Amino acid sequence: MSIDVKMAWRNIWRNPRRTILTISAIAFASLLLVFMLSFQFGSYETMINSSVKIHTGHLQVQSAGYQDKKSIRLVVPDPDTIGKILNQIQSVEAYTFRAIAFSLVSSKKRTYGSIVIGIDPVREAKVSTLKSLMRKGSYLAKDDTDQVLIGSLLAQNLKIDIRDEITILGQGRDGSIAATVVKVKGIYSSGIDDLDRNSIHMPLKYFQDVYGMYDAVHEVVVTGKSLKAVDGIKAVLNTGIKKINPKLPLVVLDWKELTPGLLQSIELDLVSGIIFYFFLILVVAFSILNTFLMVIFERTREFGVLKAIGITPGRLTKLLLIESITMTTIGIAAGIIAGSLITLYFQGHGIDISGASDILVQYGISGRIYPRLSLLSAFIGPGIVFIITFLAALYPALKIRSLRPVEAMTYV
Amino acid sequence: MSIVECKDINKTYQQGKIEVRALKGVTLSIDKGGFVALAGPSGSGKTTLLNIIGSLDQPDSGSVSVDGNTFEKMTQSQLALLRLHKVGFVFQSYNLIPVLSAVENVEFVMLLQGVQAAQRRERAKAILDDVGLEAEYDRRPAELSGGQQQRVAVARAIVSNPSIVLADEPTANLDSKTGNGLLEMMKKMNEEKKVTFIFSTHDNMVMDYARRLILIRDGCIVDDQIK
Repeated sequence: MSIDVKMAWRNIWRNPRRTILTISAIAFASLLLVFMLSFQFGSYETMINSSVKIHTGHLQVQSAGYQDKKSIRLVVPDPDTIGKILNQIQSVEAYTFRAIAFSLVSSKKRTYGSIVIGIDPVREAKVSTLKSLMRKGSYLAKDDTDQVLIGSLLAQNLKIDIRDEITILGQGRDGSIAATVVKVKGIYSSGIDDLDRNSIHMPLKYFQDVYGMYDAVHEVVVTGKSLKAVDGIKAVLNTGIKKINPKLPLVVLDWKELTPGLLQSIELDLVSGIIFYFFLILVVAFSILNTFLMVIFERTREFGVLKAIGITPGRLTKLLLIESITMTTIGIAAGIIAGSLITLYFQGHGIDISGASDILVQYGISGRIYPRLSLLSAFIGPGIVFIITFLAALYPALKIRSLRPVEAMTYV
Repeated sequence: MSIVECKDINKTYQQGKIEVRALKGVTLSIDKGGFVALAGPSGSGKTTLLNIIGSLDQPDSGSVSVDGNTFEKMTQSQLALLRLHKVGFVFQSYNLIPVLSAVENVEFVMLLQGVQAAQRRERAKAILDDVGLEAEYDRRPAELSGGQQQRVAVARAIVSNPSIVLADEPTANLDSKTGNGLLEMMKKMNEEKKVTFIFSTHDNMVMDYARRLILIRDGCIVDDQIK
């Protein structure tokens, strides 16, 4: 060990209580940053996965403009061709087709506007959680025709129960009237009010007959094996679609484009987190600044002696910075280790959020959140602490360069 | 051949609202290998002169040179390097680095000079042997007596083979026996290693040891005797 490092180490422990307090502040801030960032990243992944599982999927193939207009005429005319491309992509977990129309739904007593969604019961169960949301009755079977699943709030509003009949009246793809009478097979409750209040699911084939869709659908909904796979799937899909017919007006939208609200929620949460972390790091920076200003006051005489015996201003600055870096590194290392251990524990056990806020419920999260430790979450926060504390220590370290030996040595 | 040249040095201090003229046109030349005492009462300006010779303080006017190096126009870093290679200091209150052991304190100056580690340790131990501290290598300043600390300070001052050693009241905090031993040791080094020693003192014992005695009063040299 060089004398510089030895001096720094011994100087650090000249005032053990102050050093332990400073190191503890750095360690605590680092621990908090590792855990909080891992928690945030983990919750975002949970939010995204839960949200896409309820409805949108990770990706959708739609007709250009459909996302904004939701017009029944904007269709994917030959979904099976898209399915063939998807069958060849290994990172695709599942996919399904949906057709959607806005219609009036009437029971004997009431009428409401509603979104009628045609689904393939078998494929849908692999892509979304709809099947698991059934609260009454049962899920659609493969060969069902004039039977529907209805949201719990809509059922409540229409004052109907399973096996009751409802009339659906809307407009077909070709502009003709689409009308049918169907029987309620099941009632679902997702916890998302919009979905439970406004939607009805019916078998896709029956929907296509009623609304004159022929074989067309509005959405090809895709889930990937992981969130990371989304960009890759999107790229392959885009290439594949262009290869089939470059003029086909189809677009591939990912979860960010499909649910901009979710992305905004994540961004908002991240920004508020960053503001909190900024103040946390600022407090630690002031703690380091305070420690080193105290060091300068206490050791002014000693610095004067060092200058008298010929230490250059640069070397003196270096000595003080070694002290600061050593102290910060100990704190950060302790913080990363403790933070990672705590995060790993909760990564395995999860954090109970059964009393979660409405916002989380809107994205389908109501049970446990699992923090996700990654290199990014383990090192980015402590890395910023390192840089900020280094800058905080730089001020006193540079200040001692201008000390005049005679004045410093007579400093009391 | 002179190793220190001071020409018409003036220095004024501000003490609150009062201006104190510490040095008034001091001109001085000290030969290589000298054992010189700057003597005078408190406030006479001897420590100020010593600090200016050691480049720790700058004069208001006049010029100083040590071993051919004139201080004017030198930057703080250049002056630091000059002190490192040409000047050794012994202070009244020892001023050792508290977190370093005796041998590390001596080594530290050589570290700044860029001497290799093995050579540093060997030379530091040899010089501590010369000042009679062969059994105290690893003791920190707080574990040494005042006399021992001042010996370490002398060892630190001469280990870098400086042109001059400036000692500011080196015996002031020591009893007469310890002070006498320290002066004997420095005299021996002066004679054997031809190191130039310049003391600021009002201790008669130091004045007796000096081969040249310069008396300073009210910022002026009033007497200069070569014994």
